Amino acid sequence: MKKMILTDKLVFEYIRRDEEGNVEGITRAIDDVNLSVEPGQFIAILGHNGSGKSTLAKHFNALLYPTEGEVYVDGMLTEDDEHLWDVRQEAGMIFQNPDNQIIGQIVEEDVGFGPENMGVPTEEIWERVDESLKAVRMDKFRKSSPNHLSGGQKQRVSIAGVIAMHPKCIIMDEPTAMLDPNGRKEVIRAARGLNQVEGITVILITHYMEEVVDADKVFVMDKGKVVMEGTPREIFAQVDKLKALKLGVPQVTLLAHELRKSGVPLPNPILTRKELVEALKACR
Amino acid sequence: MSIILNHVNYIYDEDTAMASAALVDVSLKIPDGQFIGLIGHTGSGKSTLIQHMNGLVKPSSGQVFFNNEDINEKDYDKKKLRAKVGLVFQYPEHQLFESDCFKDVCFGPKNLGLSQKEVELRAYEALKQVGFDDDYFYQSPFDLSGGQKRRVAIAGVLAMKPEILILDEPTAGLDPKGREDILNLISDLHKTMGITIILVSHSMEDVADYVERIIVMNKGRVAFDAEPREVFSHYKELEEIGLAAPQVTYCMQELKAAGFDVSTDITTLEEAKKEILKALGK
Repeated sequence: MKKMILTDKLVFEYIRRDEEGNVEGITRAIDDVNLSVEPGQFIAILGHNGSGKSTLAKHFNALLYPTEGEVYVDGMLTEDDEHLWDVRQEAGMIFQNPDNQIIGQIVEEDVGFGPENMGVPTEEIWERVDESLKAVRMDKFRKSSPNHLSGGQKQRVSIAGVIAMHPKCIIMDEPTAMLDPNGRKEVIRAARGLNQVEGITVILITHYMEEVVDADKVFVMDKGKVVMEGTPREIFAQVDKLKALKLGVPQVTLLAHELRKSGVPLPNPILTRKELVEALKACR
Repeated sequence: MSIILNHVNYIYDEDTAMASAALVDVSLKIPDGQFIGLIGHTGSGKSTLIQHMNGLVKPSSGQVFFNNEDINEKDYDKKKLRAKVGLVFQYPEHQLFESDCFKDVCFGPKNLGLSQKEVELRAYEALKQVGFDDDYFYQSPFDLSGGQKRRVAIAGVLAMKPEILILDEPTAGLDPKGREDILNLISDLHKTMGITIILVSHSMEDVADYVERIIVMNKGRVAFDAEPREVFSHYKELEEIGLAAPQVTYCMQELKAAGFDVSTDITTLEEAKKEILKALGK
């Protein structure tokens, strides 16, 4: 089976210039990254600010092209001009600030914008708008103005706009960074729903460790390289290493880590509150 | 240097068909030297509230007092007020504009009409207070990392020598280490300089770890106003208004339900650790 995303020795460099436009130097933002994502997976990418996460993500739908190496989306080389629109349709992108992504005057127009540009027949556009809004549970707001929605709701409208293009993969670049706890929950629930019900591959970039616990696989980036790769359980078992990478673990995981240091024989790692309660029961 | 809000109401688009209440009968006292957390879901009135505190928005009715003076009186010096009550907006780094960091921090005090020497002295002090490395003073702020940019932006407000510092989600978009650094910095400013801090945050864990008092806003009203322990004991009501308690608070509730002899009014990891070790007889 074809990989959803495959990068082969991916390198991305950009040229730094001073105010007069003279070249100051070259920064290697992505440094020899080889990763593959299977269709239907829920993937999380972690890394501190400036570690290269977003630059990497922008390669997944041909917003950036590799300096060296190659990126394939569903078997298509992103640099191939003839596949450009197919790549962008198959791999949709959600950014941090919902206000920058919404252009329609009312919700349904905004969601219909993508398929309209793809030349989908009108009748089908409306069908797609319907099903997309239902998938993120925003169908009640169909006729609302996006201005009057909360951050979490706006972000779900952005997601509906991507789903309406029938992508195979959605890349979310810190979609919850600007949201309150409820908004965060709504967006993550929507992402999980798309992954489990619709089988869409999800790539989630986040700074919130709690959002990563249910992912199939986690990649951790540092200085443009993938430095850790594994299941959330494998990754979160390494509290000290994550801290050294300027990252953290969910609060329960950290609590269990501290208790373990104080001599309580808990398994490593503990990812959920339920696990902690069960493990502590066994210690009594 | 206290702020007092007396029955403040604020209505958006008053006298139009679109009128909607953003603040409803808010009365608060912010005494000297407190470290306060302000929480509430998006649209609960947090931002409108803090904008009242330094006179950016005028109440539809009610008064705001700073040092026992009504700040919305006609001849009140708002410029002075804004130097005393510093406001750091969300994503403050978007407001950096100068060609180097030092100049950017000078901008505020320069507008206060101080001498060049005093301006530079203050800028230097402020950059030192936020732990900014001398090497970067004359670099363009745009070449810095997110966390560093935010430090420069906070320094810009500190250079005004505020007595009250209000920060609107200062950790949004930062990685865990960056979040911790900024919060430790704010906590240090509070401890060493005695500045009153009002921290607007969506992270219940952060608020629980740092503040001594929490104000919860909901639909423009003050829903709770108490110490963290007390506020988070209402976790069920908090959930109903789109908030939550820190993860450890839930842990303790669940441990209690599973028959452990632990107290449930726990809000920080340290407390939880102690309480669990005690229950296990260690």
